[in-house]
Amino acid sequence: MSENTQVEDLVGKQYEAGFVTDIEQETLPPGLNEDVIRHISAKKDEPEWLLDWRLAAFEHWKTMSEPNWAHVKFSAIDYQAISYFSAPKSSEDGPKSLDEVDPKLLETYKKLGIPLHEQEMLAGVAVDAIFDSVSVATTFKGKLKDAGVIFCPISEAVRDYPELVRKYLGSVVPTTDNFYAALNSAVFTDGSFVFIPKGVRCPMELSTYFRINAANTGQFERTLIIAEEGSHVSYLEGCTAPQRDENQLHAAVVELVALDDAQIKYSTVQNWYPGDENGVGGIYNFVTKRGDCRGARSRISWTQVETGSAITWKYPSCILRGDDSVGEFYSVALTKMHQQADTGTKMVHLGKNTTSTIISKGIAAGFGQQSYRGLVHIGKNADGARNHTQCDSLLLGSNCGAHTFPYVEVKNPTATMEHEATTSKIGDDQLFYCRQRGISEEDAVNLIVNGFCKDVFNNLPMEFAVEANRLMEVSLEGAVG
Amino acid sequence: MLKIDDLHVAVDGKEILKGIDLHIGAGEVHAIMGPNGSGKSTLANVIAGRDGYEITAGSIRFHNNDLLEMNPEERAWAGVFLAFQYPVEIPGVNNVYLLKAGLNARRKAAGLSELDAIEFMQLVREKARLVELDDAFLSRGVNEGFSGGEKKRNEIFQMAVLEPTLAILDETDSGLDIDALRVVAKGVNALRSAERSIVMVTHYQRLLDYIEPDAVHVLADGRILKSGDKHLALELEKRGYDWVREEANV
Repeated sequence: MSENTQVEDLVGKQYEAGFVTDIEQETLPPGLNEDVIRHISAKKDEPEWLLDWRLAAFEHWKTMSEPNWAHVKFSAIDYQAISYFSAPKSSEDGPKSLDEVDPKLLETYKKLGIPLHEQEMLAGVAVDAIFDSVSVATTFKGKLKDAGVIFCPISEAVRDYPELVRKYLGSVVPTTDNFYAALNSAVFTDGSFVFIPKGVRCPMELSTYFRINAANTGQFERTLIIAEEGSHVSYLEGCTAPQRDENQLHAAVVELVALDDAQIKYSTVQNWYPGDENGVGGIYNFVTKRGDCRGARSRISWTQVETGSAITWKYPSCILRGDDSVGEFYSVALTKMHQQADTGTKMVHLGKNTTSTIISKGIAAGFGQQSYRGLVHIGKNADGARNHTQCDSLLLGSNCGAHTFPYVEVKNPTATMEHEATTSKIGDDQLFYCRQRGISEEDAVNLIVNGFCKDVFNNLPMEFAVEANRLMEVSLEGAVG
Repeated sequence: MLKIDDLHVAVDGKEILKGIDLHIGAGEVHAIMGPNGSGKSTLANVIAGRDGYEITAGSIRFHNNDLLEMNPEERAWAGVFLAFQYPVEIPGVNNVYLLKAGLNARRKAAGLSELDAIEFMQLVREKARLVELDDAFLSRGVNEGFSGGEKKRNEIFQMAVLEPTLAILDETDSGLDIDALRVVAKGVNALRSAERSIVMVTHYQRLLDYIEPDAVHVLADGRILKSGDKHLALELEKRGYDWVREEANV
């Protein structure tokens, strides 16, 4: 077998998390109109203002068109062919504890290596597990409550903390921000809500495992995290999805607000179904994530490991509004088979002495297409702003591509900007060196790729770093030559 | 131990090795010398199993295994080690981690238990002293930002940890100053044993002042034109290679 075929074999590794759990879904028929939005809002017992907010977003969305500047190709999405609401039946009664959760659902989590029980007991991680659109299991609430931390499904927050939700929802990503964000605002079904009060250091990592399960059901998660003055929180988001043929749209919105001296660390491991080796199926991941460093000396840090989805369109960004605030973006994105990723960040420096760091590592294999797209904007009042950008691409094989689109806008002469970029091919020399030392080809690829990603993995919380390493290994099983 | 018979090797259709016969017994140290482009590095790479060489005829047997049927890692597990002429950098991959993965893969292949971190670090510290590498150096990325001399010392250090039965040193001496050469030679000499055979590919007699070979071969134009003992190396140093060619009628 030639080295090249071996690479193709490794790259063509089948998705391991592909399976469908059979749970009766209460699903709306496909289609989108005002009635659908009213139905979602009524289902969730929402107040009038939120329904109006959704309807306004919908009105605006109808005037918008999909962005076409990203370096990705896909056939047009028929938004009327998507069903906008599905919830597992069992949620009607609302499980009081894990014992009441559908055993099949728990089994699904086990297959994914997310045993809730173990997580509760061993890891001390609170899990707000989202199965399709409704959160079915929330843990560790008591402990968080003692600390004054609110961590709950956003639909619950709308009911229990309406004033907080109303104050902050859409304040970072307006309903009119972009096509997908407007759609999300109109039809979002659930997501997480986190509120860390003044001076509180959240006693545990908050973690949500997302999972898409119903055929043809678009997923529109909405996450809102607010860190009050001097508070700290680390939030972990991880997900996998079952294998299926139709393309599934996922258009989430995540908003972060950090007030004075607050710190938010948001980590993502994304492993949604990437489609098969012929590029059929897979998730369309069109996500708007933005953090607002609203307060002085606040800090928002995005770390992402993106290995899944057929198409990724995602730019976790920071608005550095507060003086001396800090924004960070650490990213590893892997595209193999026919996956396409256009991802990066925006760092918008508005406050004085604001600092941002961007480290982006793109890995392309098979026929994968990988683009880094980043904007660093230094506003005219942002005296002493600093940015360091490093984007590196690693190519495995000769049919893949890596592209870099860095945009820089500097309106203040005191800014300091650094930009480094490299593109390298995983070298036959490197592989042979490792193999000569007794390391199998597959392990050698993992070793080299993990080394390449190290600067990013180092920024993940411990348990996530292990998961990320494992994820890269699974994703690359059988991948170079 | 190592038996190379009538080995013919081509690269892109061009014959580089034109019938090599070379037998090396256990515990022997052989030097292979020759002018640039004579096929010395090709021979080293073919023994280690590098891709890109076409074996058109001949055989390489090692401990009665057909080496040419084995992939590079299997050869490593069998005890073949190549000290590279140009050790490659692997950014972000810890030097010691690479070595641990290699050593444990080999132990596993031999049915031995894997070394744990503590046992491994003891071994590593001991071997690092042999080539005067300090600990800070161990935790750096593989060859990342190493000087030429450091890279070569790292190769010998890896050889010391992996304890091969056949070590091929591909121009390990080139680019070394006299002090570094002495350190490298000291490391190699410490590893000489009755079970370990060493093949040194070199341009210069200088290395042989420090590591005394049991045999010296002249490789030119893809053939071993002459073999002898260490005195042959001294003669080559004085007279160059042309007389060997003339003598061999090529």
